[in-house]
Amino acid sequence: MGEIRECLYKICLPELSGGFSGIKLLMSCFFVRTDVLQDELNRTILDSLLDFTRKCSSTRQNSDWTSQMRASEIPTAALMLGVNVPDHDMTFQSLSDMLKQSVSPHVASVQAKECGGKGFRDQSEIILCSPHSPRVHRSMHCSLGILCDWYTARTKKSPTGTPGKKRSSQVRDEQQQPPVVIIFKDLEAFNPRVLQDFILICSQYIDRLPLTFIFGIATSPSTIQHMLPHSVSSLLCIELFQSLSCTQHLATVIDKLILASRIHFKLNGKVMQVLIGVFLYHDFSVRNFIKGLQLALLEHFHSQPLSVLCCKKKQALFNVTQLSKPNLDRIRQLPSFKRYVEKQEAQEQVNLMTDDSHLKEVCQQLIKDLHKYHKNYYPILRCLHTLTSSLPRYPLGKQIRELYLICLAKNVWENEDYQSAMKLVKMLAKGEMVSLLQKCVEILQLSKSKKMKNALTLLEMNESRRAKRLSPFENLRNEALEFIDNLVKSHLSPPESQPLYEVCYYSSSATVRRHLNATPRTSIQAALSNPYYYLQNDSLKSEDGTVSNTAPDICIAYKLHLECGRLINLYDWLEAYSTVVSAAEGNDQDSENFGKVDEVKHARFIRAVSALEFLGFIKSTKQKTDHVARLTWGGC
Amino acid sequence: MTALLQHPGYDEERLKGVAEKLPCREVQAGMLLSLMGQPHQYSYPSIFIYGHRASGKSHVMHVLMKELELSHATVSCVECVSIALLFEQVLLSFFGCDAASLLPRSPSLSDFVRVYRQQCSQSPAKQTRYIVMEKAELLRDTDASLLSALLRLQELVEDNVTVILLSEIAWDKFRPNTGCFEPLLLHFPDYSKSELQQILSQNVHPSYSAGFYSAYINILLGVFYSVCRDLRELRHLAALNFSKFCEPLAEGKVKETDTHKLWKHIEPHLKKAMQTVYLREVSSLQWEQMQQMEEEEAGALRGLSAHTHVELPYYSKFLLIAAYLASYNPARTDKRFFLKHHGKIRKTNFLKKNEKTSNHLLGPKPFPLDRLLAIFYSVVDSRVAPTASIFSQISSLVTLQLLAQVSHDDQLDAPKYKCAVSLDFICAIARTVNFDIVKYLYDFL
Repeated sequence: MGEIRECLYKICLPELSGGFSGIKLLMSCFFVRTDVLQDELNRTILDSLLDFTRKCSSTRQNSDWTSQMRASEIPTAALMLGVNVPDHDMTFQSLSDMLKQSVSPHVASVQAKECGGKGFRDQSEIILCSPHSPRVHRSMHCSLGILCDWYTARTKKSPTGTPGKKRSSQVRDEQQQPPVVIIFKDLEAFNPRVLQDFILICSQYIDRLPLTFIFGIATSPSTIQHMLPHSVSSLLCIELFQSLSCTQHLATVIDKLILASRIHFKLNGKVMQVLIGVFLYHDFSVRNFIKGLQLALLEHFHSQPLSVLCCKKKQALFNVTQLSKPNLDRIRQLPSFKRYVEKQEAQEQVNLMTDDSHLKEVCQQLIKDLHKYHKNYYPILRCLHTLTSSLPRYPLGKQIRELYLICLAKNVWENEDYQSAMKLVKMLAKGEMVSLLQKCVEILQLSKSKKMKNALTLLEMNESRRAKRLSPFENLRNEALEFIDNLVKSHLSPPESQPLYEVCYYSSSATVRRHLNATPRTSIQAALSNPYYYLQNDSLKSEDGTVSNTAPDICIAYKLHLECGRLINLYDWLEAYSTVVSAAEGNDQDSENFGKVDEVKHARFIRAVSALEFLGFIKSTKQKTDHVARLTWGGC
Repeated sequence: MTALLQHPGYDEERLKGVAEKLPCREVQAGMLLSLMGQPHQYSYPSIFIYGHRASGKSHVMHVLMKELELSHATVSCVECVSIALLFEQVLLSFFGCDAASLLPRSPSLSDFVRVYRQQCSQSPAKQTRYIVMEKAELLRDTDASLLSALLRLQELVEDNVTVILLSEIAWDKFRPNTGCFEPLLLHFPDYSKSELQQILSQNVHPSYSAGFYSAYINILLGVFYSVCRDLRELRHLAALNFSKFCEPLAEGKVKETDTHKLWKHIEPHLKKAMQTVYLREVSSLQWEQMQQMEEEEAGALRGLSAHTHVELPYYSKFLLIAAYLASYNPARTDKRFFLKHHGKIRKTNFLKKNEKTSNHLLGPKPFPLDRLLAIFYSVVDSRVAPTASIFSQISSLVTLQLLAQVSHDDQLDAPKYKCAVSLDFICAIARTVNFDIVKYLYDFL
């Protein structure tokens, strides 16, 4: 993530040099938050893992009857991480950092792709190469025996800890025999034979070398039983650790980064849809979701000059006064502003379009309104969610992100589902209703906006009156619901209805989709049939979708092959190619050499054809010797 | 008992010590000793010992070598991924560190023989040297000449050296087809029930009487003998469950001699252990914790195989479903399942002779990528663009071992896959996306 941050600064800073440091602030705040968030989410699971490794190393050292009799098993933590593999790296990184800090300096992480055929030797070499590795004789072969000797020598030699290691004296006593932790990042991808052998060997040294394994599992714990036979799994003492599911993870990210009025950068409904779609349909990766957010942020500040106003209120109000003439004209061009202008009286309209200082004043007011709108929007959204999230069949969605998408799209109260949800809420039992309303009150209390306070008192009043007099329950209930309905109507209108919303909302879903959801096939076809799209060379411009004859060889060959059937005669193809290229060279059509195949053209043609073969458009066939087979349909 | 182990050339006191440490293996140890002969005599070049897991092979060798102070090198074949490691360990234990470093970087067999002879001429053997190779069945996977060479190493190095191979597999499975020197065979039979009882009873808990512990072992064997004869595992189980066995005693409900009551108390517990901790469904540590917990709490702990649910992204689910269909339906029938106007084809019409048996009994069949994608696009309910992330999901499924790539990794053109999940698993997945997979399976037509 660091790289992206740097790159962002590099791109954005020159444009921001006008002193708009608010944006810089917003961006850094955005990034710090994502980092902190990730760490927090993993906190509980990492802590329990740390406890586990500590406990293992402490129980190993006692020597009562039971532990002598027990077959020495290798303590193993099976860490269930879910299928969102891209997210795992970060978790493992922080896990091994924390282990190194507080449990043992001997931590090695291994990945399946590093331990191929000759598996375990490589693995032990990796362990030996961990930061505090022994200086092994180069002529000696790395083996676990050597590692073991090194370990005993090390723990004997320095019972008071190694120099440069800052440990408190109390910890030092426990740490006389720090465990050797081996993290298997992706258990499923390991070759089972390699893994079995490695465990067998390790178990032979377990009485001398306090090993601890951590298995990173993406699917389900039964994988262990599929991979290891009983004779091997009986050497392990496995404990399960379940991490948060990725949907919970996403919910937290959305809650902290998107449904927060303090972060002024917003996404419109379509972009949200794309990002959530990529998450749910493709990868379940929270990291990729955040990257998508960051991309949108970058694109927004890059493409929208008015994004200077997307920052804290004070700063934004100041920035309005500093707006240049072209930027003011841009404001006048904004669709939302135009809509606003149309609603004004004639004189005011003229003023807005001509008087810059007046425009600035109005803009300040509008920015204030926008901030107020955001401040009210999210608490009300949460209220509505608490009311509707437990209804049968979830008319407004189970997750708050679903409700948010509905609200972003259009006026939520015009939605049929909203009507039916409200009907269902009316049917709720008394106790349930009261507890839900109480939750709403709590949410509203948290947001200390002025307007909210009025609402709060009203709701609380309802609450208390209900508690006293239960008989006219129906009246009260209808009153309360009407009140909530009014709140929704006044505060949950879609952002498009707000003037100047373009300042904060990023709306180009196509860009995001293009960047996050690459379509290699379409890109290749676009490049081949319309080379101008990528090369931007004016001579390649063509209107009607034809390829000009000055296009690169491969484009010409591609265009010609589209006109053929399933089998292509190579010689015909060559002749057609040669004709096109000759025309491009400007040879006289009537001259004798026109369309003749010379060696250079022949070579160029062969190269184009083999490139097409490499790209998977054609392949050689045995049906006819001088033909190739097409692998794609259509085109003619 | 000790009479069996009398042998000229060895100290009698030591032999006695050996006999004490090898209960129920005196016959085999005596046999070995007579094969080995007196220390200064030449011994037979190679001895092959086989017997099941935990039948005392390594233990007997270890005790003999240690107690009689014989010069030996013990090598585990699992550990020696390359023969270099093997040579190095042998030289290291016979001639010390310097000899091992004389080997070139990737030594051949003749390098080893050369170094060995060179060292041997400097320090010739006064006694027989023994090379003990544990898990020798792995030698079959290495170079064929290695095994034959080891069997007659004595001739090659012209030294008084004997190679002892320990294996769980009979010699018949070793014999290379080119023929080789035949080692002497020695079989270690499984321990009988009474022998197990005798051996296990030796590990008495210090604070209880021998008779009490022996009664416990008797009950334990009564439950576990039918499923497990592995001494190591039984000892482990004995240790795990002993505290539970002593519980009524500590509470003062029962006397040490009241075996029947003790049995009644421990038997259901042991039965439960057989289903959980013995299969490593529950780890030993968790088992110990469970014993301290109340009954209801303990019930909440689920075994490893109880967790089978896997959460997958939406399209991955459909890719997996498509893969399952491609693996278990014959390719001919795709038209019937996925084309709108396939006409009326009954199962009987396109039933071929060899397809009468269920495809599910035959297991998954490989299918090309094209077919997978074609089925995928027809089962998924919305229009999906063929983006890079669809393709990367296929390879994620392969790393998660839900799909298996059949063709070689290097083959980029038209890779082939197999679906590696069970029917139950795919039904559960299909249910989450409201897809009636049974309707699309040829076997259930």
